[in-house]
Amino acid sequence: MNEIDGRSRMAADSARTVDKTAGARPAASPGPAKLELIGIGKEFRTKRAHTQALSGIDLTISDGEFVSIIGRSGCGKTTLLRMLAGLLSPSAGQILIEGRSLWDGTKADTSVVSQLGVVFQEANLFPWYSVAENIALPLRLRGDGKADRLARAAELAELVGLGGFESSYPRELSGGMRQRVAIARALSTRPKLLLMDEPFGALDALTRERMNLELQRIALATEATVVFITHDITEAVFLGDRVVHLTPRPGRIRQVKTVEFQRPRSIDVQTEAAFGAMERDLRHALDDDEKG
Amino acid sequence: MNNDRVRKILPWVSTPLILLVFFLAWEAFVRAFEVSPLVLPPPLAVLESLTEVVVDPETWEHAGVTAAETIGGFLIALAFGVAVGVLLGKVAWIELSLRPLIVASQVVPKVALIPLFVIWFGFGMTSKVIMSAMLAFFPIMLNVQLGVRSVDKGQREVMRSLNATRWQTFNHLELKSTMPYVFAGMEVGIVLAIIGAIVGEYLGGNEGLGYLVVRTLNELDAPALFATIMLLSVLGLVLYFAVNSLKRFVIPWHESVYGQHDVNG
Ligand SMILES: Nc1ncnc2c1ncn2[C@@H]1O[C@H](COP(=O)(O)OP(=O)(O)OP(=O)(O)O)[C@@H](O)[C@H]1O
Ligand SMILES: [Mg+2]
Repeated sequence: MNEIDGRSRMAADSARTVDKTAGARPAASPGPAKLELIGIGKEFRTKRAHTQALSGIDLTISDGEFVSIIGRSGCGKTTLLRMLAGLLSPSAGQILIEGRSLWDGTKADTSVVSQLGVVFQEANLFPWYSVAENIALPLRLRGDGKADRLARAAELAELVGLGGFESSYPRELSGGMRQRVAIARALSTRPKLLLMDEPFGALDALTRERMNLELQRIALATEATVVFITHDITEAVFLGDRVVHLTPRPGRIRQVKTVEFQRPRSIDVQTEAAFGAMERDLRHALDDDEKG
Repeated sequence: MNNDRVRKILPWVSTPLILLVFFLAWEAFVRAFEVSPLVLPPPLAVLESLTEVVVDPETWEHAGVTAAETIGGFLIALAFGVAVGVLLGKVAWIELSLRPLIVASQVVPKVALIPLFVIWFGFGMTSKVIMSAMLAFFPIMLNVQLGVRSVDKGQREVMRSLNATRWQTFNHLELKSTMPYVFAGMEVGIVLAIIGAIVGEYLGGNEGLGYLVVRTLNELDAPALFATIMLLSVLGLVLYFAVNSLKRFVIPWHESVYGQHDVNG
């Protein structure tokens, strides 16, 4: 019930913003570059095949920006995200975080990585820890006290709609609930850079919508820079300052579209003509990928 | 819910019933076919003998020896099994270079080595402890090796993305994720450890329940032989149950533990 209140309040807020700007003001003024991808490529070599997963990716993401990445299955989205997370070294190009190089050869500079929150395509929870312990694991690793951890875990569990499940174990949760625990875990350290790989893929439409609004709110409140991978065009447009469209084989940036709606946005922007037109363009472009 | 309670109570009802039917059938069989008590004594004679054996303090000394050999051998196997398992699981080139030897030593019927151990270590407890350790070592080592390798890649990436130290990754991930494998190895290992101790006692020495089995056999005291075998079974059960309880305590989150209660929800 609370939720609905929150949602309508938010709707009213952004409707006002949208009115003021006639729905077509450029998104967040570009701050200093948070993340720079320069000529990123990745080739996988296995015994059977060489796969050029990504090639010539150039992208600059400014501080506080929300960038959605869409593309067909297998076009290299996860690969790109793993390189940004310091988990997989690029075979070509450079990744700069706040101007500092993330990769030194095949080694990630861990001091650059530390301000990072990652939500993987799979929840990857630890079955031996309760929901609260899973959420607070990043805090535990960096040495926060137990009381702080518990408080923060409870707060985050509430945020992702899992209040009351703190002492449950992952095996007792549904797939979507597990994914929400993983999101809470990534948020626990209040990261300045959030990398999310189809975080809401396992959720039903209504929960997804609610999580979209929450994510938007959190990203704005913490001034986090977000790289958000999704299959869902509506979600990509709704959340992103820009939408990056990757084409497969090899993964390249086909187009980058700027979404001309001020954030925060209400669910209602989805019914606006400009929103629909952008969705349609992207859908056609993605369809082309399949034919190509 | 009702179903759940039935599930819990059923084994406690069924087991005594089945045993009762078993003993009755045994008695009936012995009477009907007039089996010689030297071959198969009637259950009552065994029971009588069992009470005699149980009150005899000598029996407990023997049981103590067998238990000590088994536990000693098992603990040695556990220590070496975990150490070697981790080493082989983590360092590929060691595993590769040792693999033929490991396969060969698994195939060798290790019980055949007991006479050698007797020559080397004498008729005392040492040779039995070593036999016991030898048998329990392999399942533990192999399971640990598998466990070390089976640490989930996704969970590893979580630790890496959190900038975890080596120790943190070990403590929060590798150790906990390998534990179920250690226990799987231990459950097989404890059973083999007791077999090792008993077979060792069969073949040499004058201590332990295994020795008692051989002695009652030589005395052609079938009821006492049966009673001793029962004691051995109880010892095995107790040790297995101890390991199993430890597992329930240490890894309550694992499906091999909780799954026993909520299969089919
Ligand atoms: N470790 C690997 N070894 C070899 N090839 C790989 C590896 N990881 C990914 N690939 C290949 O790289 C390409 C991109 O994979 P990636 O997982 O990045 O796709 P994706 O866009 O995330 O797909 P999805 O939307 O289905 O998650 C695929 O063709 C895949 O086969
Ligand atoms: Mg993917």
